[in-house]
Amino acid sequence: MDLVKPDYQAILQLITPGSSVLDLGCGSGDLLAILEREKKVRGQGIEVDDKAVFDCVTKGLNVFHSDIDTGLSEYGDKSFEYVIMHMTLQQVKKPDFVLIEAMRVGKKVIIGIPNFAHINARFQIFFKGRTPVTPALPYEWHDTPNLHFLSILDFEEYCDRQKIRIEGAHFIGIRGRVKILPNLFAQTGIFVISGQKDEQH
Amino acid sequence: MDNNKTIGMVETQYYTFAYPPNELELESGGRLGPVTLAYETYGALNESRSNAILVLHALTGDAHAAGFHEVDKDPGWWDNMIGPGKAFDTHKYFVICSNVIGGCKGSTGPSSIDPKTGRPYGLTFPIITIKDMVNAQRYLIDHLGINKLISVTGGSMGGMQALQWVVSYPERVSSVIPIATTANHSPQQIAFNEVGRQAIMADPNWNDGDYYGKELPAKGLSVARMVGHITYMSDVSMSEKFGRRFKDIKQPFKFSPEFEVEGYLQYRGDNFIKRFDPNSYLYITKAIDYFDFTNGKGLHELLKGIKSRFLIIAFKSDWLYPAYQSQEIARACKLAGVETVYCELNSTYGHDAFLVEVEEQSHLVKHFLERTTRGFSQA
Repeated sequence: MDLVKPDYQAILQLITPGSSVLDLGCGSGDLLAILEREKKVRGQGIEVDDKAVFDCVTKGLNVFHSDIDTGLSEYGDKSFEYVIMHMTLQQVKKPDFVLIEAMRVGKKVIIGIPNFAHINARFQIFFKGRTPVTPALPYEWHDTPNLHFLSILDFEEYCDRQKIRIEGAHFIGIRGRVKILPNLFAQTGIFVISGQKDEQH
Repeated sequence: MDNNKTIGMVETQYYTFAYPPNELELESGGRLGPVTLAYETYGALNESRSNAILVLHALTGDAHAAGFHEVDKDPGWWDNMIGPGKAFDTHKYFVICSNVIGGCKGSTGPSSIDPKTGRPYGLTFPIITIKDMVNAQRYLIDHLGINKLISVTGGSMGGMQALQWVVSYPERVSSVIPIATTANHSPQQIAFNEVGRQAIMADPNWNDGDYYGKELPAKGLSVARMVGHITYMSDVSMSEKFGRRFKDIKQPFKFSPEFEVEGYLQYRGDNFIKRFDPNSYLYITKAIDYFDFTNGKGLHELLKGIKSRFLIIAFKSDWLYPAYQSQEIARACKLAGVETVYCELNSTYGHDAFLVEVEEQSHLVKHFLERTTRGFSQA
């Protein structure tokens, strides 16, 4: 277990064993494979990259070769206990739409985002005058799948504006969990959200 | 990798069943019997009879999927996928390839002798469907003493049979691998088949299907095959293979084949009569056109409750069975909550890709089967 990356570790602890999980933008399926092994989840991944889909099949995962921008219309409301979008939201063309779809399909949605306002990133912009390249944002400007750049504060504010209920938030920094000033010290923010607030009444 | 290894010498076997009065009941209401199915097997059936995989072929294929026949220099049509260490690994699995009824490669079809008249069936052969083909294969699987297949697979029409298998006999297949196929034939696909049929029927030698022992409608069948070949390739694969190159010809212009592509199509067309019966071409293309295993219902309704896993493979350059048709099946699986892998492979070979894109298909199939058998042994 100690080999599991801290962000995966955080997500792992959020998942009820034996539940159903839809991983949007599951990449090579590392997280989904861990969830199937450790939590015996019934997993389904969706991934657009050819090679990553092959890796998923190698791991024995159920995966659809598809993008998620066209929506998840095939899935009924609340058809998964968890929908996971880890390091995916910033790469989709229409994050608004994908987020609404994820909340429709999943009873709970787990979102993992790279924090653009992490101190390393700020340092690189402020002192070096360079677009940041950090472990959480490892890409050069000309070769990045990321279409949107957001911070932990941005996401929290967005949820507030859209009346999305944040049930839990976990922040991961260079040395594990971050308790103070997450928008400055966390590289990754992991949020558990569940539907829009007005839906609940 | 022992990719070059083949299963070696193989022989086609035959199973005859449905003797009158217990003929095979057909979807059309007709009856057919006795029925012979040609089939081949590769690898060994294990003691618990639980390692069998059924492979099904496309329109003009046959039971000879792998290995060599004594007289031929070419191996079976899917030899690159079936054999020791290959995708369908004959060290592990017992692979069966079954021919179809209506065909002309050893199974009962319009060129077979009708026991009632002592003459070939010709057009008195009953209309058959994909479902009828699958029902006949079920007799074969029973005969081999296999209760549950690890997987049923095939490309094109083979994929249709595989899909029909899982719907007709869901409790008898652990997984299904439909490749470059569709849940129902589109108007465009029907249209191409109709051109082929019309070409055969326009040949004066066709004689309402009564040509056995006489001059064969070879030219009609040849044109049908030429249309077929065009649809199996892609713009890119044709360009790469032929370009606008001319054949080396001496005679003056008389609409004889000049371009290489013309020569290729004519050669393929003209040779086809040596191995295929024109009436079988009519019957089987009709069965493909009728194929709509949704029966007007939503595909996902049909798949609900199905425990078999799906591996659906499509090819980007396949314009005869475009990827959107495979996506429809994948979407229905999603809706029905069926465990599914869907993968769209990059290939320039068009529909033929399922026969030639070995490496990527093998990777997908191998790992998918491993996972399937793992789940199977736990169950």
